[in-house]
Amino acid sequence: MHWPILSTVTFLPLVGAAIILFFIHGDEEVHRRNIRHVALGVTVVTFIVSIMIWTGFDPANPGFQFVEEAGWLGGFMSYRMGVDGISMLFVILTTFLMPLCILASWESVEHRVKEYMIAFLVLETLMIGVFCSLDLVLFYVFFEGGLIPMFLIIGVWGGPRRVYSAFKFFLYTLLGSVLMLLAIMAMYWEAGTTSIPELLQHQFPASMQTWLWLAFFASFAVKMPMWPVHTWLPDAHVEAPTAGSVVLAAILLKMGGYGFLRFSIPMFPLASADLAPLVFTLSVVAIVYASLVALMQEDMKKLIAYSSVAHMGFVTMGVFTGTMQGVQGGIFQMLSHGLVSGALFLCVGVVYDRLHTRQIDAYGGLVNRMPWYALTFMVFTMANVGLPGTSGFVGEFLTLVGAFQANTWVAVFATTGVILSACYALWLYRRVVFGELEKESLRSILDMGTREKVILVPLIVLTLYFGIYPAALMDVTTAAVDNLVNNYQAAISGAGATASLLGH
Amino acid sequence: MYSAIVFLPLFGAIIAGLISLAGAAARHPGGSPAHGAEDHATDSFAPRHRGVHAPAHHGAAIAHPHHEPHAESDAAHGGHGPGAAEIVTSAFLVICAVLSWIAFFRVGANTGEAFTVPVLRWIESGALAAGWALRVDTLTAVMLVVVTTVSALVHVYSIGYMSHDPHRPRFFAYLSLFTFAMLMLVTADNLVQMFFGWEGVGLASYLLIGFWYHRPSANAAAMKAFIVNRVGDFGFALGVFGVFVLFGSVEFSSIFANTQAVAEGGEVGLRIFGSVFTGEGALTVVCLLLFMGAMGKSAQVPLHTWLPDAMEGPTPVSALIHAATMVTAGVFMVARLSPLFEHAPDALIVVTVVGAITAFFAATVGLVQNDIKRVIAYSTCSQLGYMFVALGLGAYSVAIFHLFTHAFFKALLFLGAGSVIHAVSDEQDMRRMGGLRRVIPVTYAMMLVGTLALTGFPFTAGYYSKDAIIEAAYAGHTTAAGLAFVLTVVAAAFTSFYSWRLVFMTFHGKPRASAEVMEHAHESASVMLIPLYVLAAGALLAGIAFSGLFIGEAQEGFWKGALFFGPENEILEEMHHAPFWVGISPFVAMVLGFLVALWFYILSPDTPRRIGEQHEGLYRFLLNKWYFDELYDFLFVRPVMALGRFLWKRGDGWLIDGFGPDGVSARVLDVTRNVVKLQTGYVYHYAFAMLIGVAILVTWMMFAG
Repeated sequence: MHWPILSTVTFLPLVGAAIILFFIHGDEEVHRRNIRHVALGVTVVTFIVSIMIWTGFDPANPGFQFVEEAGWLGGFMSYRMGVDGISMLFVILTTFLMPLCILASWESVEHRVKEYMIAFLVLETLMIGVFCSLDLVLFYVFFEGGLIPMFLIIGVWGGPRRVYSAFKFFLYTLLGSVLMLLAIMAMYWEAGTTSIPELLQHQFPASMQTWLWLAFFASFAVKMPMWPVHTWLPDAHVEAPTAGSVVLAAILLKMGGYGFLRFSIPMFPLASADLAPLVFTLSVVAIVYASLVALMQEDMKKLIAYSSVAHMGFVTMGVFTGTMQGVQGGIFQMLSHGLVSGALFLCVGVVYDRLHTRQIDAYGGLVNRMPWYALTFMVFTMANVGLPGTSGFVGEFLTLVGAFQANTWVAVFATTGVILSACYALWLYRRVVFGELEKESLRSILDMGTREKVILVPLIVLTLYFGIYPAALMDVTTAAVDNLVNNYQAAISGAGATASLLGH
Repeated sequence: MYSAIVFLPLFGAIIAGLISLAGAAARHPGGSPAHGAEDHATDSFAPRHRGVHAPAHHGAAIAHPHHEPHAESDAAHGGHGPGAAEIVTSAFLVICAVLSWIAFFRVGANTGEAFTVPVLRWIESGALAAGWALRVDTLTAVMLVVVTTVSALVHVYSIGYMSHDPHRPRFFAYLSLFTFAMLMLVTADNLVQMFFGWEGVGLASYLLIGFWYHRPSANAAAMKAFIVNRVGDFGFALGVFGVFVLFGSVEFSSIFANTQAVAEGGEVGLRIFGSVFTGEGALTVVCLLLFMGAMGKSAQVPLHTWLPDAMEGPTPVSALIHAATMVTAGVFMVARLSPLFEHAPDALIVVTVVGAITAFFAATVGLVQNDIKRVIAYSTCSQLGYMFVALGLGAYSVAIFHLFTHAFFKALLFLGAGSVIHAVSDEQDMRRMGGLRRVIPVTYAMMLVGTLALTGFPFTAGYYSKDAIIEAAYAGHTTAAGLAFVLTVVAAAFTSFYSWRLVFMTFHGKPRASAEVMEHAHESASVMLIPLYVLAAGALLAGIAFSGLFIGEAQEGFWKGALFFGPENEILEEMHHAPFWVGISPFVAMVLGFLVALWFYILSPDTPRRIGEQHEGLYRFLLNKWYFDELYDFLFVRPVMALGRFLWKRGDGWLIDGFGPDGVSARVLDVTRNVVKLQTGYVYHYAFAMLIGVAILVTWMMFAG
């Protein structure tokens, strides 16, 4: 029996949370420092261990790897873990971003440090669990459990309207998830198992597929978020503390896309094919609509939140084309967006920590005092715009290639997003960074310190590296995506053949 | 060697960028936000701000908002870093230029063959495979020479021109970055890498136009350039997708190998908006989409509006990017894809028409502009139109030849204009110049050479290339050829007029600048003049030296299939048989333009004003550039902003939130509030309610049972 590496990575942060909870008491400065150090240490160790998943991963194998299984809840559902080419990189993304989040909260979080760090560590466990679990019920537990720490992070350490935003976030996502729970029960009665690998082999009847698909869709669409159920995201982002925004944008949103890839497409291929036009429409609306709305925002975080909605539109569009380029591009877009949007929120955090406002009007001319910041922000602005050579381009390009093969209308409208993203991103950059430094409050602003460079420089390096050599990520996903796409196309053409047989 | 040509500028850019960042970071130390907040609270006048230059810098910028802020005496600032950045980047570029000329003669020689140097894997997904690779054939070699030569000269020139600017390392980093992106573009062996270079030069152009970031006009111009180019890229991207669907590949070699098959109607059709295109129809659609990208990059009507505004950047930038290299990327792209366009005759007609209209339109606007750089910018726009006319007629080699000669004389004109601007304390308005020929005689001579070449004076570079385009337009068979011929000849007359107008207004007549400015006026340093000499030599000799190779007898052995000519395409042969009057018409047009300019600006200086007053409407129309900016503002900018606000406030705020979460929670609150009212706490209320309930229950049971 192998060392259960997935469980180790999943529950290491929980161990860290326990250490903080039971061994560090008191609220002196020294305690807070210890808490921070423990949290950082645990997340770094988790990241290092998780790297072993990548190095031990066999990219040629399209199936699940590092599989673990143990009985749970009387055997009808089990504790099953495993990763494949689709989920593995999300685990790494999570473990990679968590230390940066802890560092980003180093000074900006001053009260209830203990609870804050515990919440983050618990959140990490739950997020990794989502990507590793191979059992429907286990997945559901992790998926829903993640809401609680995030709800607390927004509601306790958030901005002035934090309670409204936290409840909006919680209720929106919970509503979708309840439907998913019903679907999970239905799937158990139908297939007699909750094991994901077995469910992937099971063929659900066509009529049932539609209902199950819709129920899952309700949950994932809110999570993505897709238009028109996206309005919780700008509020949640605006009120969340910087690290909360980073986790939200970089990882929590990806659970929706991951869900589509893990459940909707392979388990309900017929419904996916039938309802793809719906997804295309919502995606294109999201891209155009969110970009237009982003153009008019006055709050930096809100602007980036809307740009996230637009970028997630590319993901849903690509994933449901059912083409190699679309699906692989969708995965790449999610990973890239994880780095880029996370970094953009960190960039906002840098100036927010200095001036305690996110209003675009309050800034201007930062380049005069903050050259490092100007460079960093420029790199991520360009990655957000999808400039070739940054990771943002690869995903956007591939999803559009996929969309063009599926439906040219969709591709044409989605490509206008390329123009609009340039408009809002460059305009934001111009208003914040360029120009004269005229405002009194900015005259003494300081450039990024060492801690902030330590957070952002790795992100710059990765954004450029994956833009120039995306094969590093693509090679991992190729086999699994190929398998997924082939099964999907086979299921559709198989159904088509049956239908035509019946017709004659 | 080819990797060295392409990647040396990148290394230069990185080194200069690091020097720039280190210098800037040294001036503005970083710190933790807590300190920042304290500073903000206690001493808001920045005692730690050691960047002493900044106030002086800004003062200059405010005093002359539209002029280039050279006047700051701040050269000492920054220590050795700036010098190192200049020398490293310039030296790298000079090496690249030398290597490029070697490559040019090697590839251009009869025995040289096209080949590809693979570099790295890039995007591979299913059937789509695009790698990083350098494709070298004659077309690439020509572009390598143009790009690296002009870039090297501009680097050297900038050492002098930017010597007063404290941000020199940043400037040189951007210049080298641009050169790298442009080289990636011209050496691309697939459409995606070309798109990388395409957007990369767009980024560099954005950074360089907005180089003086404290000026709002520069920032606006930079954004406009990027966004208008993105509109073109929208088409380019869709064209790439279309090519992939049709050919199953984005690599040039496999695309070109299959064009014949696809044009004859392969199995794969292009389904666009419900109708299916196959064969030539599909190729036409794809070519038109790709051409949209070319229109954006090469500033063709109606996507030209960014180019004049781009003159906000430093003048060497205008010479390198907005005259010689980047704006010709569209021409290069169509020439590179000549096998596709050759099979899409309808697309070629569109190319000709757009080119001809641009050539004419930009020339008319150039007639009345007063900013010296804007005149040359419109001239560039117009000359690019000429190139597209040639491309549209199938005379690809003529277009590339004009691209080649134009690079020399237009870069010369821009750098000469920079030298003028440098001399008269950053004045750009020609109405405040005049009589400069005695003060800056060398610059004057160089500008004369550039003007002669541009207007097509016999045996200069423009004479060979521009006249060839006009002859090709006469010889062309397509429906657009007649229109193109008329418009290009008229535009030639206009070109001559505005070029000589520029010379006369700047260098002749009485000085109109203030006495103080005239006193300071001086010839530029030799580091700026030497590049001018080199370019002048090119402007005089490039035509006579290379016309044989590019468009004459030797052309087949020179191009070796880098440009594709269909079996019926004999335009190069036919244009040499144009009648005498066609051959001489551009010359007549040139003389005419010269004479009118001479009459207007030397012999009878009152005439222009009188005519301007007589035709007030026309004058305003031209001065305001046919009101394109106002039209776009009305058609696109305002509606998009209004729509964005509407969707945000009404769509998200009112509709989705109002009827979604907020509405639902409000209704829930209403219901609970009413339910709460029932709970009075009086026992007899509850007892009464219970009684009613029991009564209803009993009644129901009686009737049901």
